[in-house]
Amino acid sequence: MKIIGLIITIITGAFLVYAAIDFPAWSDPNSPASTYLSPYFIENSMKDTSVPNYVTSLLADYRGFDTMFETTVIFTAGLVCFILLRISGGKEPETSHYRHVLTGVTVTLKKGHKIPESEDFERIDDLWTPPDLIIKTSCRLMIPFIQLFGLYVIAHGHSSPGGGFQGGVILGASIILLAISHDLRTALEKMREKVVAILCPIGVSIYAGTGTLCLLLGVNFLDYSALASVLHVDPIAARSHGIFMVEIGVGIAVMTTMIWIYNNISSAGKYNQGL
Amino acid sequence: MFWQIDLAILTLVVVTAVASIMVKDLLGAAILFGAYSFLMCLLWSIMGAVDVAFTEASVGAGVSSVFFVAAVFRTSRRTKD
Repeated sequence: MKIIGLIITIITGAFLVYAAIDFPAWSDPNSPASTYLSPYFIENSMKDTSVPNYVTSLLADYRGFDTMFETTVIFTAGLVCFILLRISGGKEPETSHYRHVLTGVTVTLKKGHKIPESEDFERIDDLWTPPDLIIKTSCRLMIPFIQLFGLYVIAHGHSSPGGGFQGGVILGASIILLAISHDLRTALEKMREKVVAILCPIGVSIYAGTGTLCLLLGVNFLDYSALASVLHVDPIAARSHGIFMVEIGVGIAVMTTMIWIYNNISSAGKYNQGL
Repeated sequence: MFWQIDLAILTLVVVTAVASIMVKDLLGAAILFGAYSFLMCLLWSIMGAVDVAFTEASVGAGVSSVFFVAAVFRTSRRTKD
């Protein structure tokens, strides 16, 4: 079986290399993409949308319909993780462990029993290790700056590399870092399961809603120049603001999807303990 | 860009790509795949595609490595084949 797989891989790779010969050379000025397509966006992006970074204007404006469905794909990935792991496999664990903070005595409770809420006992994981002060403190110090950087990447995507996808991933990673350095329960206190599950479709809806708003104002779907009458700016600035609106939607959707997938995978859908 | 750096990164890309499917330890494969993503990020930035490099660094090398490690942690660390 391994040999057959190897042969298939080599044949496919050979075909790919053979097909790649026909491609125009990298940065060839005479290739079709470089003769009329790329120059149009490079020259007219600033005139059309007043966005200096033409990658952003291309992604969110010229081919905004495509990016909307990319966001939907990300949302679907999170939803599938939720359905597969949380709904079908997320059962209450048989036992739960509590630790008496002062003495370090561990209490194991069977399913259905609970310790009354008190400061003396804390819920701990099956594979519990003593909390590491250095890791906890340094992560706690880093997380605000990571989140600030994520917000900057979303907001500054117009004139520097970045945008909703990257900024959303960075924002999601900051919550994941909290879950790894402390435990999943601490991260879930900051970002509850319901909040994540509600914010994720809201992010996609912000994108689709911006497009529908343009449709209701009488132009094509995702043609942001129609927002000029709503925002009281000229149509070119309106396209820039429209791009920013959909970037916020993408950022929210991607951030919550990353947290959602991590929560489900790391706890196998049980939400009781993470990595 | 210097062609020596290009060549070194391309070699490392091939090495990490082959190694990540050859190793028996799935945790090692996850880490090697993260290294592969990071080298691809370097290649993108050499070619001037900064936005793609940014996405590759945050999604490919960052979050997907965490997902792989989490999946390995919840399943098994050794491959069956």
